[in-house]
Amino acid sequence: MAAGLQNGRERRRERIDRGIKVRTDGLYALLSWREMCYLVAPRALLVAGLLIAPLLLPTLWQRVFCLTGIYTLLAFAYDFLVSYVGFVSLGGALWMGIGGYTAGIIASEFGLPPVLTLPIATFLGGAICTLLLMPTLRLRGIYFAIATFVYPFIFNHLIEALQIAGGTLGLMNLPTIQNDWVLVYTMAVFVLIVLFGLRRLVSEDLGIVFRSMMENDQAVSAAGINIVFLKIIGVFIASCIGCFAGAFLCVLYGSVSMSFFALDFSILPIAATVIGGAGTFAGALLGAVVLVPLTELIRGFGSLRMVAYSLILVLFVALKPVGVLPYLTRKYEQFERWVEV
Amino acid sequence: MDILIYGLINAATFTLLALGFSLIYGVSRVANFAHGAVYILTGFVVWAFLKVGLNYPLAIILAVGVSALVGIGIYQGILIRVRGIAASEVIASFAVGMGIIELIKMVGFVGSFGNPIFVRGSVEIAGVTVDYQRLFVVVAAVAAVLFVFILTRFTKAGLALRGIAQDEHAAMMLGINSDRSATVSLAIGSGLAGVAAVVLLPLGDLYAGIGYEALTYAVAVSIVGGLGSLGGTVLASLVLSFLQVLTVQLLGGQWRMLVIFLAILVILVFKPSGFFGRQKELEERV
Amino acid sequence: MSEKESPALIRVENVTKSFYGVRALNGVSFNVARGEVLGIMGPNGSGKTTLINCLTGFLKPTSGAIYFQGEDITGQAPYKIANAGIGRTFQIVRPYYTLPAYKNLIAPMFSPRARKFAGGGGLGDRDAIAIDILEELGFERDARVPYKPAGTLPLGYLKRLELARCLALKADVMVCDEVFSGLGAAEISSLLPLLERLNGEGVTLIMIEHRLKELFRLASRVVVLNYGVKLFDGAPEAAMRDEAVKEAYFGKGKEAVL
Repeated sequence: MAAGLQNGRERRRERIDRGIKVRTDGLYALLSWREMCYLVAPRALLVAGLLIAPLLLPTLWQRVFCLTGIYTLLAFAYDFLVSYVGFVSLGGALWMGIGGYTAGIIASEFGLPPVLTLPIATFLGGAICTLLLMPTLRLRGIYFAIATFVYPFIFNHLIEALQIAGGTLGLMNLPTIQNDWVLVYTMAVFVLIVLFGLRRLVSEDLGIVFRSMMENDQAVSAAGINIVFLKIIGVFIASCIGCFAGAFLCVLYGSVSMSFFALDFSILPIAATVIGGAGTFAGALLGAVVLVPLTELIRGFGSLRMVAYSLILVLFVALKPVGVLPYLTRKYEQFERWVEV
Repeated sequence: MDILIYGLINAATFTLLALGFSLIYGVSRVANFAHGAVYILTGFVVWAFLKVGLNYPLAIILAVGVSALVGIGIYQGILIRVRGIAASEVIASFAVGMGIIELIKMVGFVGSFGNPIFVRGSVEIAGVTVDYQRLFVVVAAVAAVLFVFILTRFTKAGLALRGIAQDEHAAMMLGINSDRSATVSLAIGSGLAGVAAVVLLPLGDLYAGIGYEALTYAVAVSIVGGLGSLGGTVLASLVLSFLQVLTVQLLGGQWRMLVIFLAILVILVFKPSGFFGRQKELEERV
Repeated sequence: MSEKESPALIRVENVTKSFYGVRALNGVSFNVARGEVLGIMGPNGSGKTTLINCLTGFLKPTSGAIYFQGEDITGQAPYKIANAGIGRTFQIVRPYYTLPAYKNLIAPMFSPRARKFAGGGGLGDRDAIAIDILEELGFERDARVPYKPAGTLPLGYLKRLELARCLALKADVMVCDEVFSGLGAAEISSLLPLLERLNGEGVTLIMIEHRLKELFRLASRVVVLNYGVKLFDGAPEAAMRDEAVKEAYFGKGKEAVL
């Protein structure tokens, strides 16, 4: 509480729920249009925004829209892992690479169209990533972080050294989806599904169990839950989301290469989540929506982007860890005033 | 025979890179993802000092000092604010490391250049030609290991570090300042990265990407040897280095890095805490 | 003793646990019968918590074996032992602080064991069942106590929350690690009949306790440990007259006054 002196009397700042927030807390919210709007507006805006934006954007920015979606998905995966499973993932690049290459290899070896390669790559890639990370799940969190950091380098070396999967040039001339609208709306819909799905998941019982595990994993063990298995499930969910992003990019570009394992894909989702507010998923979306177009604007500057992300990330982590969305949420639901003590 | 010599030199390289990282983690439980950044940064600092006209020995000493200072700065400036929140610690050190490396990239060192070798020439050992610089690497590695060994066993400050490493709360109850120990560990660890940079970088070109490579090596050796264990780091350096040299001889150069990564995987599956790592790495706490 | 002669629920056989040369437990053996209340006593550092950590799977005995219902559970993972039916409370209470009290029970209800007993019950029922359990344990529903974040509840409630978690797990055996510690007289006097009731309903209790008055009211038998060695195994009153036990608590040459 902020405190201060005025007229010799002490004051402090008080935060109170807005009237409309209190009125909408129960079933009676259904009775008033105004209150329904208050509740529904943020979500409606979000859904509408995502679905309408592609229509309003100039064609070049369609691609940016898709890219934003990709980073958003990576950020969702990161947010889920860090806030509900308890692992820090430095490996957005791992998901992009595995997802992308799985899709690419399936497309080039078996000639399947994107409508098949996308789902297959999502789940197969998710399984592969989970398998790769399994040895670290019993260990302290730092091993997971290190593994997710190192694996992209491993794969880069593998591909380059053994010249497999297209080698240095990568796989090219893969089937894409010609219709831009399909691409854009597939991404928009998937983002919405994942967003609302994850939020639903964490408020349901499974989510409670995850949160219990984050708070105190020994008590959860003593309660009869196999926490390693739980972590496997969590990692699988996150990996599937991330691999979809990778597979999508492969379909978008019609090619896949070692650049899919770039650090860029690791750091931006983290930055987006931290800035937007971890744990809320919507915060990650917000962060990505802000950061990705910004970076497209300064794309010409190469490393400057990365330095900028790092700087912002460090500042946020060190100074204001809560994030933008919680701040906005608070403003939406509460108001402040000075009271005399 | 030459395998033996090359293996030893390689091992010295690994030890130099990994020692600092392992020490920092052992004492302060912080995985310093900025370790590689400090390494390459020191290289560039030396280069800058030389450009400005300082003589080489002075440049080296100052650069190592700078690296230690950078380590202290990272801890006091950033990590100390997120102490205890594991996720934020990792992100913070990772972001700092990346920021430094990309900043170096941005400042735009292009072209082929590097720091000069200490002394030109080479020497014959058991029929193998070894150039002086590589001898310096071995000497530096041995010196570093001895330094850490003596420090942690025979000096008061070092024993404090070991106390914090073994049981932070107990050490704090005995009056050992956890933050100060962590700062010291970061200073020494980063200083070791600086020493490594000073001695190793002249062997090749100077470019920012080396930072990531160095970090990967440091992490790999530390995991295989056991995070925080001096003996483990040395043993892992030897094992991995000979593994690497032998593999390159028998299977060819492209397997150079892969064999290291395979070793990490094997260790993680069979003995995750590393050669000499403590069992605390597993979730066995009560 | 063969299993046919005495169907002991839990058999601890010659369990030793060493930590880098320090023997926390040294060849401890005892049985626990179904439905009894067994007290585990001993001065601080005698190995009581190590013993129940071995029993509940958080530590692996260096040697020896532990049997539950005839099955060897030595060194099994904690979740497996919990699913077999042994629940525990922790000496330092560990609720899920930010979750409401009743949500603390979701995790144990999610376990395979609880789900088996519930017969694959509906998901929506869990909340209601959780609140019922809490109400039985004294969380006043009207005052909305079950809905409060666990971190805001006083210690008496938190201790009962630990017990509630075992109940939600449908545990046959509850291992209570100093459940009375830190509580005031009023809280103790409401907790005691609760434990009696649970035992009456068929739950086997294994209690580590320093508060001997309460322990002796509940326990039909006690095991006394000192320096990892079992000193005594029998009726509580006899325990306090036993020479070895007196020496452990009071030292040589003093009379125990009870």
